[in-house]
Amino acid sequence: MYKYDQYDQSIVDARVAEFRDQVERRLAGEITEDQFKPLRLQNGLYLQLHAYMLRVAIPYGTLNSEQMKMLAHIARKYDRDYGHFTTRQNIQYNWIQLDQTPDLLADLASVEMHAIQTSGNCIRNISSDQYAGAAADEVTDPRPWAELLRQWSTFHPEFAHLPRKFKFAVIASEEDRAAMRLHDIGIQLVRNDAGELGARFFVGGGMGRTPMIGPMVRDFVAADDLVSYAEACLRVYNRYGRRDNKYKARIKILVHELGKDEYTRQVEEEFKHIKTLNLDPPKAELERITTFFQDPDYDKSASDDLDLSDPDFAIWVDQNVKTHKQSGYAIANISLKPIGGIPGDATSAQIDVMADLAKEYSFDELRVTHAQNIVLPHVKKSDLYTLWQKLDEAGLATPNLDLISDMIACPGLDYCSLANARSIPVAQKIAQRFSDVGKQKELGELKLKISGCINACGHHHAGHIGILGVDRKGVENYQLSLGGSGAEDVSLAKITGPGFDEDGIVDAVEKATNVYLKEREGDERFVDTYRRVGMAPFKEALYD
Amino acid sequence: MKLLTGNDLKSGLVTWWTGKDWSINIEDAVDVGEEGEAILAAEQEAQRVNSAYIIDGDEDAGTPRPGHIKDRVRALGPTVRPDLTLKPNDASAIDKVV
Ligand code: SF4
Repeated sequence: MYKYDQYDQSIVDARVAEFRDQVERRLAGEITEDQFKPLRLQNGLYLQLHAYMLRVAIPYGTLNSEQMKMLAHIARKYDRDYGHFTTRQNIQYNWIQLDQTPDLLADLASVEMHAIQTSGNCIRNISSDQYAGAAADEVTDPRPWAELLRQWSTFHPEFAHLPRKFKFAVIASEEDRAAMRLHDIGIQLVRNDAGELGARFFVGGGMGRTPMIGPMVRDFVAADDLVSYAEACLRVYNRYGRRDNKYKARIKILVHELGKDEYTRQVEEEFKHIKTLNLDPPKAELERITTFFQDPDYDKSASDDLDLSDPDFAIWVDQNVKTHKQSGYAIANISLKPIGGIPGDATSAQIDVMADLAKEYSFDELRVTHAQNIVLPHVKKSDLYTLWQKLDEAGLATPNLDLISDMIACPGLDYCSLANARSIPVAQKIAQRFSDVGKQKELGELKLKISGCINACGHHHAGHIGILGVDRKGVENYQLSLGGSGAEDVSLAKITGPGFDEDGIVDAVEKATNVYLKEREGDERFVDTYRRVGMAPFKEALYD
Repeated sequence: MKLLTGNDLKSGLVTWWTGKDWSINIEDAVDVGEEGEAILAAEQEAQRVNSAYIIDGDEDAGTPRPGHIKDRVRALGPTVRPDLTLKPNDASAIDKVV
């Protein structure tokens, strides 16, 4: 894992000291809220429905046990004993006091963490594949590149005031586990026919009120040019992105309005110019970063044998454990979606348990996924049974990865000041309706995603089943959509028709799954059947 | 009735105008009537509360009740965490929000 050098640490420490002074001046009435608001947002501090909310950055979703322990400590000391893992691989706390925030940020800085780039119109925390460095299908570990982009983007003076927020995802496999094509810039590391490393660039994807799939603007950018090419993409956006209308300010609108070809032409021109300026990061820096992402010291003689005689363990392995590139090891997914629970929430005690288990069984490493779960990336297969028992004791062994109850749900109207409707109660009711694991497994992979408003933090456009909460004359109402995907088979979900009330939407989801069970052929997933048979049979079941 | 609400500067907690001060309990809120804008302006000057605004409400069994669900959620707390609401022991409190 990356370790801060003195530059990283000093800029984070300086930011804490600066914010401490700003908070003191705000509390003393020396600056107004209008003056203070952009300053607090630059430090991840929002004012939400019930209190201040702090969003802490977890760069590319990777953290070690000490950092995870710190997240538990913050939940206990500064919040109400829990945290919420988000679809951007970050964590947020819902009950933060303004006067305590500087101390909290100082605690975070002591373990090389911060809340910078989690708000505002800057390049946000870079996201990546939660299985990076462990996946059997990656061409390289994407994290050194994500880290390089993190360093390049942090406090980049040219990109501190973009027309709107800007999100990157970096992956290195054909399977897309990071919703890469739904980011402002999606980067897929690939090798060309000569075996050289480079990247495909997808620009102008996104969700929100105008969902778009990012088109590919270059199929191979040489690895050495990756940062400069990103810089060119950003420069064209910064120059021509709309600042007059918040709803048309994202890069997806610019790419769409200019057309992919014209946008690409301008980027290529800018890129040529940038190359004359010698702005590429020094190779030595990438090499330095890469040394932090070496494989852990695997036991090469570890066995692949697994005793699956305990049926509950066998179900968990079947659902939550994924193939590791190293024989004798596995990737263990910890679901934060217990039936009836709040998707993505974990208590400080659970966060501590996950930190301890990572230290003991996963070379001190954890990952946060965009689906609001946690991963222990490098677990010896012979440790899996003990690990599972300990997870089970802590209420962390729900065997539902990628099943219908493994829902993404944004905080919605229970916490979010922008919300139109509550997301979490709907998620809870659906999970309860499908609580039987056998029933869930019969439905197979089914990605259900819920947002409490059009901003789409709950990725409803990318759900095999998507749910959007709307406000119908002060009453919560829910629109159902089908056929989305955030994976390599990326697609945008389509609305089925008129919305439903809170109980009606649960029934509607069940009806849609019944249509699937009736219509499916072979080993089709829900989304495959939908794509084959189209909307009609679903509509008929939902509205006739 | 008209209610004046905001979030406390220091704690961020939801607060309601009581006639002379702010309270986290909506039971203490008063109808600001036509005075809302003037109180809002004075309170903005005092800088104790952030993002204050005036809402419509009515009265329910002697207690002010915000007209919009968002403000009813604000007045109580997250409906999915009864233990963290202002009425952790009142099982019916959440039903009244919805
Ligand atoms: S989708 Fe809307 S309601 Fe949900 S967290 Fe985002 S802004 Fe809030």
